[in-house]
Amino acid sequence: MDSEQKSRRDLFKVGAALAGTVALGAVGKAQAQHADHPTTPGSENDAPMIHGSKEQIEYGQRSKYVNSVRVQHPIGGRPSPDVFGKVFHVASPLQDSVGVITPSSLHYIATTRGSFLPDIDPKLHTLTIHGEVDRPLTLTMDELKRFPSVTRLHFIECAGNRHNGKQKNVQDTHGMTSCSEWTGVLLSTLLKECGLKGSAKWFVAEGAEEVKGASSIPIAKGMDDCIIAYGQNGEALRPQQGFPVRIMVPGFEGIYHTKFLRRIKVTKEFYMNYNEFGHLTQEDKVLALGEQIGPKSVITYPSGTQRLPGPGFYEISGLAWSGAGAVKTVEVSTDGGKTWNRAQFKNTPQRMAHVRFAYPWKWDGSEATIMSRTTDDVGQRQALREEIAEWWKVPFERDYRVPGLDNSVMPWKIANDGSVSNGLA
Amino acid sequence: MASRNCAMTLAMSTLLVVAISLLLGSSAFAQSPTYGVGRTPTAEELRRMDISISPTGDELPPGRGTAKEGAQLYVQKACVGCHGVGGSGGLAPLLASKKEADVPVWKKERILPLRAPYATIVWDFINRGMPLGLEGTLKPDEVYSLTAYLLFLNKVIPEDQVLDKQSLPKVKMPIGDQFGKPHEFKVNAPRLEGYPY
Repeated sequence: MDSEQKSRRDLFKVGAALAGTVALGAVGKAQAQHADHPTTPGSENDAPMIHGSKEQIEYGQRSKYVNSVRVQHPIGGRPSPDVFGKVFHVASPLQDSVGVITPSSLHYIATTRGSFLPDIDPKLHTLTIHGEVDRPLTLTMDELKRFPSVTRLHFIECAGNRHNGKQKNVQDTHGMTSCSEWTGVLLSTLLKECGLKGSAKWFVAEGAEEVKGASSIPIAKGMDDCIIAYGQNGEALRPQQGFPVRIMVPGFEGIYHTKFLRRIKVTKEFYMNYNEFGHLTQEDKVLALGEQIGPKSVITYPSGTQRLPGPGFYEISGLAWSGAGAVKTVEVSTDGGKTWNRAQFKNTPQRMAHVRFAYPWKWDGSEATIMSRTTDDVGQRQALREEIAEWWKVPFERDYRVPGLDNSVMPWKIANDGSVSNGLA
Repeated sequence: MASRNCAMTLAMSTLLVVAISLLLGSSAFAQSPTYGVGRTPTAEELRRMDISISPTGDELPPGRGTAKEGAQLYVQKACVGCHGVGGSGGLAPLLASKKEADVPVWKKERILPLRAPYATIVWDFINRGMPLGLEGTLKPDEVYSLTAYLLFLNKVIPEDQVLDKQSLPKVKMPIGDQFGKPHEFKVNAPRLEGYPY
């Protein structure tokens, strides 16, 4: 297309925009947009313009060529949404992720029982703290925001984030975790304001949704780093993440991070809520593995169902995290675990946050199994399924179920033709 | 000498200031709020809001119920529609064991009114989470009755046992003490010492 043709086409476009708009203000906008981004004469880039709609101006949308979406996660086999419009488990598209922040629109979702999302008017919502405190306290959302705040990067992961040989891609195997920047008030700030009694040992965090989902959390955790969060990635929490306020319990399983938080009751003893009944096990050891999340990592590129176009250079990339602290190291193996190589970090590891790791690799075009493992700053190392079975002194079988949350190593197989598949299959 | 004295006085007065501010600071911290934002909820508000039931049942409201009354409510409140006749055969979770009575509880199904270590959890969950779409509408007598019915279905209590604030926390659940207890949480510590190496 020559430049004359191009400018004629552009003129036509402006004409169409003029004809199509009624409001004078909108006409002005369309012209302004065009004037700001003129097509360079002779440019090879003849892409059509995105005209500034009200929606695009007010709350931006991604390119129509980017179509990464969440999908229902198969835990429990329940559809999301179901016929009633309830949501149960929805997984984040980790295969397309870059960096460490999960866009709020793509954050994984899990609900207590498969529930509706309450459409809460923040002006009517309050948070009450009571129980083993000197002064019970009720706060409106505006009052909560008057307290000194913190902003921190934290992941959340659902207990159902388990990988097995049947899953096809990393969204199915690991998509029930996400990482956001959360803003809110430290629970310790509020508990000090209430005057925590010496008798305080646990607290119950309760939500305002129809099932009033509640979890018991050790007070030592509450005084350390729990956040009463109202912000996510620079804006208000999404309803799917607990608008107007949720508790962040960094490093604990997702179910502890009570959404739509309405009440915190500080208690002298352990209260077994329905959520804790869900964790009920015969052994203390297994119970301990279902609270704080272990060190975990996964390669997101190349991963299941992706395809390497041919031999040559690739940057193997993935995410690593731990519920105990910050990630210290990540190692990558490209020979099925025979040798391990130190990966690079793409951002500074933070406590209970995803870190993006990478390993430069030249694929020679032959079959390969790639995997990653991480060690955190309290010395825990992510294990292979075989190693975990050995610790429990049980025979290792293909369908071995890791006790507690499954943080075992995830292998991906690369075939001669570059296609990537589940290494556990 | 003069300058040395002066320095000592300065050091001592600095210490004194630090000591006083520490004293003031700590007493202010322990006895009065730092920010003074928010309000004190009334006792009545807290009573209405506090639906968490401890294993000892301290928060249970007055009221009573039996399995016979519960069996009628189970139909009237449409529990039967989702959970099935007699607590089985529905789309919603199973509420009555299909196993023989002498099967150990951990070999039986994961059923709340059977495996729960405390009967108070059954009361708590029915009260806060049922019936579907009408959560929080059951009256205390109804919750006691439905709890009694489900415990009776699982042969935990006899049909004529009255459940109330006093008797409910005393119900002996089949699991006894045979369940994992939470460990003491420590900051910056492994989730399980020595695991998996």
